[in-house]
Amino acid sequence: MSIASSSLLTRPRVRSAWGDMLFYRVTQGFALLTLLLLSGIIVSLLWGALPAIRHFGAPFLWHAEWNPPMERFGALIPIYGTLVTSAIALIIAIPVSFGIAFFLTELAPGWLKKPLGIAVELLAGIPSIVYGMWGLLVFVPIFSEYFQPMLTKTLGTLPVIGALFSGPPIGIGILSAGIVLAIMIIPFIASVMRDVFEITPAILKESSYALGSTRWEVVWNIVLPYTRVGVVGGIMLGLGRALGETMAVTFLIGNINSFQGFSLLLPGNSIASALANEFTEASSELYTSALIELGLILFLITFIVLSLSKLLLMQLAKSGGTRT
Amino acid sequence: MRPVVFSWLAWRRRWLNYAATGLSLLAMAFGLFWLLWILWTTFSLGVSGLSLSLFTQMTPPPGVEGGLANAIVGSLLMVGLATLIGTPIGIFSGIYLAEFAQQGWLGELIRFMNDVLLSAPSIIIGLFIYAVYVAYRGHFSGWAGVLALALIVIPVVVRTTENMLRLVPTSLREAAFALGAPRWHMILHVTLRASLAGVITGILLAVARIAGETAPLLFTALSNQYWNTDLDKPMASLPVVIFKFAMSPFEDWSRLAWAGVFLIVIMVLALNIMARVLFRRKTI
Repeated sequence: MSIASSSLLTRPRVRSAWGDMLFYRVTQGFALLTLLLLSGIIVSLLWGALPAIRHFGAPFLWHAEWNPPMERFGALIPIYGTLVTSAIALIIAIPVSFGIAFFLTELAPGWLKKPLGIAVELLAGIPSIVYGMWGLLVFVPIFSEYFQPMLTKTLGTLPVIGALFSGPPIGIGILSAGIVLAIMIIPFIASVMRDVFEITPAILKESSYALGSTRWEVVWNIVLPYTRVGVVGGIMLGLGRALGETMAVTFLIGNINSFQGFSLLLPGNSIASALANEFTEASSELYTSALIELGLILFLITFIVLSLSKLLLMQLAKSGGTRT
Repeated sequence: MRPVVFSWLAWRRRWLNYAATGLSLLAMAFGLFWLLWILWTTFSLGVSGLSLSLFTQMTPPPGVEGGLANAIVGSLLMVGLATLIGTPIGIFSGIYLAEFAQQGWLGELIRFMNDVLLSAPSIIIGLFIYAVYVAYRGHFSGWAGVLALALIVIPVVVRTTENMLRLVPTSLREAAFALGAPRWHMILHVTLRASLAGVITGILLAVARIAGETAPLLFTALSNQYWNTDLDKPMASLPVVIFKFAMSPFEDWSRLAWAGVFLIVIMVLALNIMARVLFRRKTI
């Protein structure tokens, strides 16, 4: 335990230094302000959503109709779109991120590690509107011309999952939104995985190598079990990103508020892009309120996912601290 | 000496390792492939849209020549003010967490909320500012955009400030105490100064993050077709103008949007690289 964190120094000496007291109170005030601002979000969203909650009640969650002129609102389509695009993104991003982390921690030669790590982090820094615009104007034309017909011809003919890949190759839709989301969250998940892989004690890995394990066996049987909790935390972090991502999805998902079918090639909507597209055009109080309720739902989902991710990563940090 | 026996197990293990290595190489290439493709598109399409009129003329109606001057100035104003408001709050909160509240439920609670909000959807922040400021004032305004962006800056700065202060060795603190320095003096002149490079890195990363943020500005600052430096009126910003222009079918609008994307990407990459160089040169 460090001296600075013992209670003697943590509590300012009241009588001897009013300057210390003042400084302590000022910093505490700012910290409390941060807390207040941030917890104010939930309260204000609840307040704004109240008219819609009163009017529609719980069925808001599973009604599929979204009809502004008639003032009938249900959240099913945007919730469905949000969850499915995020699921597609995770299915693609998890194995790729794992591969990147494996490469960066075990395979890459020393001189290559740093620049490649930086490149991955730069990919995380590119604003989402760039992904969105690139996705719509560059990726989608190529995707609909070459990949969608191929998918329909191969996977589309299979018995059960075929239904997911049928339909006209129009490009924009749930699948292309999911793919671009995957590209966006790969750097987040990959850099968390790399960081947690690196905390595996060298002695564990070396022992395994000494027993004749291959690289793959070391990562799969030693590193991954040791860092399991942190890896899941990183995936949750990426999921939190994917669920709340607005701009990239808005460009690509098609923003259609009625159910088109189960095919992933069809357009849909997500909570965040419904907000981005409709909020400034919402004319009535009930419409605005229904959109704010959508926002509240999104916030609660991401809050749960991010809290879980934080708890898991904290747990790893604790156990890592005691075991090494 | 034993003869070499062909063993299925050894063969399987070896090939599994080769396969994993190959797939991991492929994954790395996959990640880099998108980065290079996106950068290449941005540069090749963005550079062709660059011209002097980009910085001198206003955003045009479709079919008319124009530039992005009002959007550039709006972005600079809002990002600058948001950084000015968010940074001190973030730094002081970070000091509180690192120096006064390493333990205790209040510190833990603030830390937890801060981390959750660090990755909360930015469109929710916009919704929050709409509910507490825009709806209350009755109109969209540049100030609302500034507040929304400042709310994104705060958690980034809190996190980096706390992390950097915690890296400062305890012996430095003890030395300052031994010389009789009061605690506030010790924090401002010893620990904060020792971690200055790290704290500035955090600020740069926060600026890089808000420079490209679109979602929180959509229903706070809205946009403005004309020149405007009055923060009490709706204000244009680069990301929102790009959003509007990129979704449109007009050719000259989409050219302007690519030029705007080019400007943002250059700025964000430059800030990221600056942050890295700064942090590497003067680590604690």
